[in-house]
Amino acid sequence: MMARAGYYTTGAALAILFLFPLLWSGYASVSTESGFGLENYGRLFTSDNGIRPYHVVNSVLVCLITVGGTLLISTLGGYAFGRFRFPGRDLLFLVTLAILMVPYATILIALYVLLGWMGLQDSLLGLGLVLIMFQLPFSIFMMRNSFEAVPKELEESALIDGCNSFGVLTRVMLHAVRPGLITVGLFAFLTSWNEFFAPLILLNSTDQFTLTLAVVNMRTATFGSIDYAALEAGVMFMAVPCVLLFLFLQRSYVRGFMSGALKG
Amino acid sequence: MTVTSSRSRRAGWVGAAYAAPTALIVGVFFIVPLLLVGWMSLHDWPLLGLPEINAPENFTAMADNELIADAAWFTVKYTVIITVLLFAVAFGLALLVQHQRRGVGLLRTAFFLPVAVGFASASLLFLGLLSQEIGPFKTDEYISWTSGSPSLALGSAVVLVLWRFAGFNMLIMLTGLQAIPTELYEAARIDGATRFQIFRRITVPLMRPTIALVLTLMIAGSLLAFDQFWILTRGGPDNSTTSLVMVIYREAFIRLDLGAAAALSVVLLGVLVVFNVIQFGVLRSRRGA
Repeated sequence: MMARAGYYTTGAALAILFLFPLLWSGYASVSTESGFGLENYGRLFTSDNGIRPYHVVNSVLVCLITVGGTLLISTLGGYAFGRFRFPGRDLLFLVTLAILMVPYATILIALYVLLGWMGLQDSLLGLGLVLIMFQLPFSIFMMRNSFEAVPKELEESALIDGCNSFGVLTRVMLHAVRPGLITVGLFAFLTSWNEFFAPLILLNSTDQFTLTLAVVNMRTATFGSIDYAALEAGVMFMAVPCVLLFLFLQRSYVRGFMSGALKG
Repeated sequence: MTVTSSRSRRAGWVGAAYAAPTALIVGVFFIVPLLLVGWMSLHDWPLLGLPEINAPENFTAMADNELIADAAWFTVKYTVIITVLLFAVAFGLALLVQHQRRGVGLLRTAFFLPVAVGFASASLLFLGLLSQEIGPFKTDEYISWTSGSPSLALGSAVVLVLWRFAGFNMLIMLTGLQAIPTELYEAARIDGATRFQIFRRITVPLMRPTIALVLTLMIAGSLLAFDQFWILTRGGPDNSTTSLVMVIYREAFIRLDLGAAAALSVVLLGVLVVFNVIQFGVLRSRRGA
């Protein structure tokens, strides 16, 4: 009895400790001199260094490119690695995983130069392609495991029905690997929505800035006093969609994470 | 027999076609830049203008750059502190929530929720949280928690990182804990083992691969620290919290010397590769023993 009470007291105290910063930030973003209101959010969008609607559009575009591209490429790639044998398969898989071993900063300096050569300097498309590459090790690993876990019989019955390999993929496999797709898509969204270092290096002009860059800019480009309340409004504006999405998809995300990402 | 072999040969070609987009992205945006950064490190490569070969100047110049030495020392110190603390906190949380019981799902969600917040956003959140202007930790005498002194600045970054990453590492360790067969625990309990003995003789040895994975992620992540110092402490006070990746950024985009930044990147990459090789070696020899 005592042990149980102790367990729940410790657990609750720790949970409050972990929830406190987010709750405080939400509180700070709506508290004003006269009580509560949305003035801080107003200043977030109107002050000189503040964010603009096109920053939101830029972020949404980068997310669409990254999530769409990651899902497409990792579905095809996972299908290839999980269901086919072809020359160079193991090498390509290892090289893809090796992306994890290489420091972010190391290749971003070179990517800055490379994208310039490709005419993709200061471009949201260029940033999206780079973010897809950074997502691939996790996504390919996850999707390969998802495809490997699909029972052979499902595939064979579709083949007997006269499907070619692409038909098998779209009619049978896609449905079976849906938990994996949700995990990969959610992860790609969270990364591309929140990413700071890659856009900092690859985007130069303020009208190309993503939301994260624009909000951080309110801190770093200010030499006088920082408008902390508007900054917390910015934090909430960025964090709330992620938190809601995460809570909504938590079940499939955590299950996918536990069964797929860390197997083997 | 011939039918199968011709089918599998065709399947091989089809499989390669499905893998082609992966190969294209990995080739263009990973392999090429990896080679390019090596090539750049051998050149005087201004942000604007034509590069010229100057090897090995970018590497020899590092020895005279005091900021690099300070940043390297600080980064190592930070890595040790974070790895020890984050590991202890994450392992503790994982042990706390490992068993299915009422309310444990809520605890897991609470610990994991900060992971959904972007790291840059989290850094800004803590900038406000630790500020004297609107934060709850106001003191009578003005103390800047984030840049008042080198140790306060480091401490505030450590607290931020613990909050943001404990849940993620907890989840990984939870997967390791749950992979341990419950029969082992039961058998040990029947044999009269104490809780501490069970932890030392069963949990820790069977968790070794997971512990190795988590430690590798923590160490690599800390060696590459950037956001928390760029946003929260701005590398200060007096460059005391300037990490190596911040120096790379500074060389490239403030001093406009991409060659020097590339050389530093190559060295950092080398250190990480050596570190990973040693890590795998240790892991393998332990497994053998």
